[in-house]
Amino acid sequence: MNHLGTNFYEAVSVILFGIGFMNLLLQNNLIKKFIGLNIMDTAVYLFLAAKGYIWGRMAPILTDGIVDASYYINPIPAGLVLTGIVVSVSVTAFSLALVQRLYKHYGTLNMDEIMKLSREEEGE
Amino acid sequence: MGEKKSVWEHLKAWVDGEEVILDADKYIVNRSKREKKNWRRNFSMEYIRGNVKLYRFLSIAISVLFIGIMLSVVNDLPEFGNPANPADNEVMERYLESGIEETGATNFVAGMILDYRAFDTFGEANVLFLAVMCVVLLLKKDQKNYSAKEEQENREDDFFDENEKRPILQIGGKLLAPLIILYGIYVILNGHLSPGGGFSGGTIIGAGLILYASAYGQKKMQTFFTFRTFTLICVGGLLTYCACKSYSFFTGANHVGFEIPKGIPGHILSAGFILPLNICVGLIVACTMYGFYALFTKGDI
Repeated sequence: MNHLGTNFYEAVSVILFGIGFMNLLLQNNLIKKFIGLNIMDTAVYLFLAAKGYIWGRMAPILTDGIVDASYYINPIPAGLVLTGIVVSVSVTAFSLALVQRLYKHYGTLNMDEIMKLSREEEGE
Repeated sequence: MGEKKSVWEHLKAWVDGEEVILDADKYIVNRSKREKKNWRRNFSMEYIRGNVKLYRFLSIAISVLFIGIMLSVVNDLPEFGNPANPADNEVMERYLESGIEETGATNFVAGMILDYRAFDTFGEANVLFLAVMCVVLLLKKDQKNYSAKEEQENREDDFFDENEKRPILQIGGKLLAPLIILYGIYVILNGHLSPGGGFSGGTIIGAGLILYASAYGQKKMQTFFTFRTFTLICVGGLLTYCACKSYSFFTGANHVGFEIPKGIPGHILSAGFILPLNICVGLIVACTMYGFYALFTKGDI
C-alpha cells in the first residue's frame, strides 16, 4: 500500500489541519487562534470532499435523465460537509462573542495579558 | 427536607417544581470553601515566561508528529477517485438510483439531506439557532452590561449613519441588495432542482441584508427587521420544519395514506416537503447571519 502519490488531496488536507493546529497553539492573539480553528475545519471539508470524488463522474444532480449510480459521484460526503460548515460557523460565532466580551472587560486580545490581568484582579 | 429521600426522588421533586433547590445552603457553603482551598496550581508569571520556548518547541513538535502520523494513515487510505472504494457502497447506490422515485428531487443531495436525513438537518438548524441565542445572551445590550462610554460611542455611530454621505456604498447597496436577495430566493426555491438549497440561499440573503445594513445603518434596518421579527421568523421556521417532518414521519410510519404528492420531478412544485423545508431553513439561516452581524457591530438587532 503506497497511495501517498495519488492521495495528494488528503495529504494536503492533513498538512493544512496540522498548520491550523499549530496556529491554534502558538498564536497569542485570540482572534488569530480562532482563525487557526477555522483552518482546521476547512481541512476537514477538503478531506471529506476528496473522499467522495470518483474520477470522471458527474455532480449528484440529475443530468440527461440518467438514473444510474455509476454515473454520479458519492453524495454522502456533501451532506457531511454541510453539517461541518454549520457547526463551524456556530462555534466561531460563539467563541468570537466570548472574545468580544473579554475585550470589553480587559481591553486587550493578548492571551498572556488577559491571564496576567485576571490574576491581578483575583488579588494574588 | 426532613425525611430521607433518594437522589432520584429529589430529582423528580425538582422536575415537578415541588422542591426548588436541592440543599442550596449546604451547596453554597461547600462552593465557597472550595474557592478558599485554592486548588489551582499557581505558577508565577516569571515561571511561565521562562518556559515559553519549551512551550513553542513542544507545540511545533506535537503538530509535526501529528502531521507525520496522519500522512502515514493517508498512505494506507484507499486510492483517490477509485470507483471500487469502500466508501462508495450500496447506501450511495440507493440514494442515487431510487432517490428520484422516493423523494422527487432531481438534486440528489437535497433529497438526501431533507428527506432521508431530515432529522440531521433539523439538528443543524437547531445548532444555528442555539448559536445565535448564545450570541444574543452574550452581546445584546441591556442596562447591566452597558456603560456610559459605550452609549456615547453608539450615539456617535448613529449620528454618522444619519449624516455622513457615503455615495458609493449607499448607491451600491441600494442597487445590489435587492438583486442579491432575489438571487438568494432563487437559490432557495430551486434547491431541489439545481445546486443550492436552504443553507446557501439563506447565506446569500443574509449577505444582502448585511450590505443594506452597512450602507444605511441599523436605524433604517429596524423599520422592517426588529428583534421581534427576528425571533418570530427563527422560531416559526423551526416549528414549521418540525411540524412538516412530524407529519411525514407519522403518516409514513402508520401507513395512513395521506402522503404529500411528489409531483413531476424537475418541476418547481414537486418533491413533496423538500421545498417548504428549504424555505424554512433558508429563513432561519438568513436571520441568523444578519443577527450575527447586527449583534457583533451594534449589540442589538
